[in-house]
Amino acid sequence: MRQFEEADAVDFVVVGTGAGGAPLIAGLAEAGFSVVGLDAGPFFRPLEDFASDETAQRQVFWTDERIVDGANPIVMGDNNSGKAVGGSTVHFAMVSLRFRPEWFKARTLLGYGADWPIDWQEIWEYYGRAERLLAISGPVTYPWGPPRPAYPYREHQLNGAAEVLARGCEAMGLAWTPTPIATLSAPRGDAHPCVYRGFCRVGCSTNAKQSQLVTSIPRAIRAGAEIRDLAMVGRIEVDEAGRATGVHYLRQGRWRFQRARNVIVAGYAIETPRLLLNSANAQFPEGLANSSGLVGKYLMTQSNQAVFGKMDQEVRSYKAPPSLTVTEHWNYCDEKDFFGGYCWMAQGPLPIEWVNVLTGSKGLWGRALREEMKDYNHQVGLKMVGEMLPDPRNQVTLTDELDQYGLPVPRITYSWGDNDKAMIAHALDQMQMGLEAAGARDVFRQENDTCHLYGTARMGFDPETSVVDADCRSWDIPNLWICDGSIFPTCGGVNPSLTIVALSLRTVDRIKALASRGDL
Amino acid sequence: MSERYPGYDVLSKRDGPSWNEPTRSAIDARLNVPREPRFFTPQEWRTLQALCDAIFPQDGDVDPVPLAAYVDQKMAENHTDGYRHGALPRQGEAWRRGLSALEAEAGAAHGTGFHDLAAEKREDLIRRMQAGKLEDSGWGGMPPATFFEHRVIPDITHAFYAHPKGWSEIGYGGPASPRGYVRLRIDRRDPWEPAEAKPGDKAAARRKNQRVR
Ligand SMILES: Cc1cc2nc3c(=O)[nH]c(=O)nc-3n(C[C@H](O)[C@H](O)[C@H](O)COP(=O)(O)OP(=O)(O)OC[C@H]3O[C@@H](n4cnc5c(N)ncnc54)[C@H](O)[C@@H]3O)c2cc1C
Ligand code: SF4
Repeated sequence: MRQFEEADAVDFVVVGTGAGGAPLIAGLAEAGFSVVGLDAGPFFRPLEDFASDETAQRQVFWTDERIVDGANPIVMGDNNSGKAVGGSTVHFAMVSLRFRPEWFKARTLLGYGADWPIDWQEIWEYYGRAERLLAISGPVTYPWGPPRPAYPYREHQLNGAAEVLARGCEAMGLAWTPTPIATLSAPRGDAHPCVYRGFCRVGCSTNAKQSQLVTSIPRAIRAGAEIRDLAMVGRIEVDEAGRATGVHYLRQGRWRFQRARNVIVAGYAIETPRLLLNSANAQFPEGLANSSGLVGKYLMTQSNQAVFGKMDQEVRSYKAPPSLTVTEHWNYCDEKDFFGGYCWMAQGPLPIEWVNVLTGSKGLWGRALREEMKDYNHQVGLKMVGEMLPDPRNQVTLTDELDQYGLPVPRITYSWGDNDKAMIAHALDQMQMGLEAAGARDVFRQENDTCHLYGTARMGFDPETSVVDADCRSWDIPNLWICDGSIFPTCGGVNPSLTIVALSLRTVDRIKALASRGDL
Repeated sequence: MSERYPGYDVLSKRDGPSWNEPTRSAIDARLNVPREPRFFTPQEWRTLQALCDAIFPQDGDVDPVPLAAYVDQKMAENHTDGYRHGALPRQGEAWRRGLSALEAEAGAAHGTGFHDLAAEKREDLIRRMQAGKLEDSGWGGMPPATFFEHRVIPDITHAFYAHPKGWSEIGYGGPASPRGYVRLRIDRRDPWEPAEAKPGDKAAARRKNQRVR
């Protein structure tokens, strides 16, 4: 791997190497720029480093202290945040869905949230590129939305849990499909196909999963980028002219400074605003890129409620990736009395996840809990991914407490709105119908779960109502860019990472275009 | 207690193709958890053990999982969750305060220590903690129900289902790298997966489970 001097300004320093950061590092390096990618987490070698175990694999999560409050505090840690080269894609569940086109104009076409400053047709191209980058395995024809090319790899076989979703949908007259998913259904280079071990959400030890760690990062290194792991960025430096000059980061016990001509922040929706706020200085007392006051605001998560029940047969949903079938029916059908959409997918909780469901949703403990756990192999579930609406009161702020780096701990405040609750109620009814129609009994609801994060540095049309422009460039500081989950003005009813990757690929092209006309 | 997967021991796969080296070392370390507290005081340790016995009873088990030891390990080695409810102090402080508040509650209600309470009285106190109905000043503003939900329940129950004994009991296949699985559909079982005892045919399941490698 090529290495750069800290004192020599590189063209780009990228903070965070996940879904947003890694494709940028690779793309910019391939375009001939000098690039250093910094990540607070370790550079794992899954074949040697990854255990097949829920607890040991907590090593891939962001478990630093964060305070959660509000009426519906968000569960963090293994639920939504990674800390590793490759970011949260190291442990994501690989579901790779495209946005519904109308969501890019949600305000104008559907009457809620905000419009994106990007046209859906342009993103459609980048979705195709993202799907090829990640070798997505998926169905030949996708039931919803405008036509899309066939997925690069064929769909996976179904597991028991996926089969139950399909049965329920058939009974309800709803379309369903094998999920487009970022794990190999055939060999790719040195990597073997998925062996269906089912530990995806704690890291794939076989490298079948097409995380950023095995896709963009090796490409980035081949193209001459440097990846520095275990490097926690604490502050972005800005000079008197109001331009970023580099980043201060802690590595091997010492604070260091990497000079750079451009800084790109891709730390995800909590760490990105935290870094911008922590970088406040005399010139920008409210934090960087924050003239709108919106850094940290409009935090969104997605509703992730579920229904679970028991089948007489053995389902053993621990086998294979957890979400091998999906229905997006309610993302594309507008006959409902709330805004936004949702999908639902099959589930495969491992034992600790499962005991969390039983204790959290049924309040079980003692002998009753231990007995109930024995039905593990008969359990089956359906889980929604639902669009929550942007609300400025949901936000990330700083506290006075310090973490192990000596940096202020973030506070994450979240409350569901009436629309969010109406959608959840609708989805729970629908999923319950589906599960019962498939033959499950003793059905119960997991009413309190969320996933994915968005929105704390939103993209928009002008500096008053947004933090970055359509090129992911901050309005206030021309050489400071943000490119990750935090730029979403609305979150849609599908999982985020394919869209994050598509936006990242687009940003590479935008930066190349701006550079070629001397506009960086 | 009924034995659903007779003769199944996930550890019989330890040296087979379902366990890679990082898994073996992680589980070996787990089985060798220090049995003596490093974080809790002797007094807190007694209360914690009594609480573990109630939250996850193992009376009658030949080889109970040392749940309190795992809670102690988590605190001593500071394995944090990655978030903390705004109403709770840091995890170790929450545990110390919660355990001493439970002792105080037991003293006030029954004139005895929490660890000395009869099982029903202890369970009753726990139910009131779960419902947020405890008010001793020892809680110091920490809501008992939040402590129950975010510390007591996860820290104790996760310890059992992170343990091979918990996996064997519920018929979980356990670690699966690199071999993975082949038969994925409903009612299909790979020969290296646990077999469930069907009514009247425990012996067949036992035979299959003894062949699991
Ligand atoms: C269990 C789980 C399952 C998921 N399943 C899916 C799924 O099936 N489909 C899907 O689309 N999405 C899924 N997601 C979500 C998806 O992984 C994330 O939305 C996506 O990875 C976010 O991309 P990002 O680039 O914004 O951040 P990340 O990928 O999280 O990358 C951020 C990186 O920045 C680093 N970082 C942050 N701050 C700093 C700093 N100050 N200094 C240095 N480094 C820093 C972090 O260590 C991290 O590596 C899942 C997430 C989880 C946790
Ligand atoms: S099921 Fe497939 S993708 Fe998931 S962890 Fe196993 S091999 Fe990797």
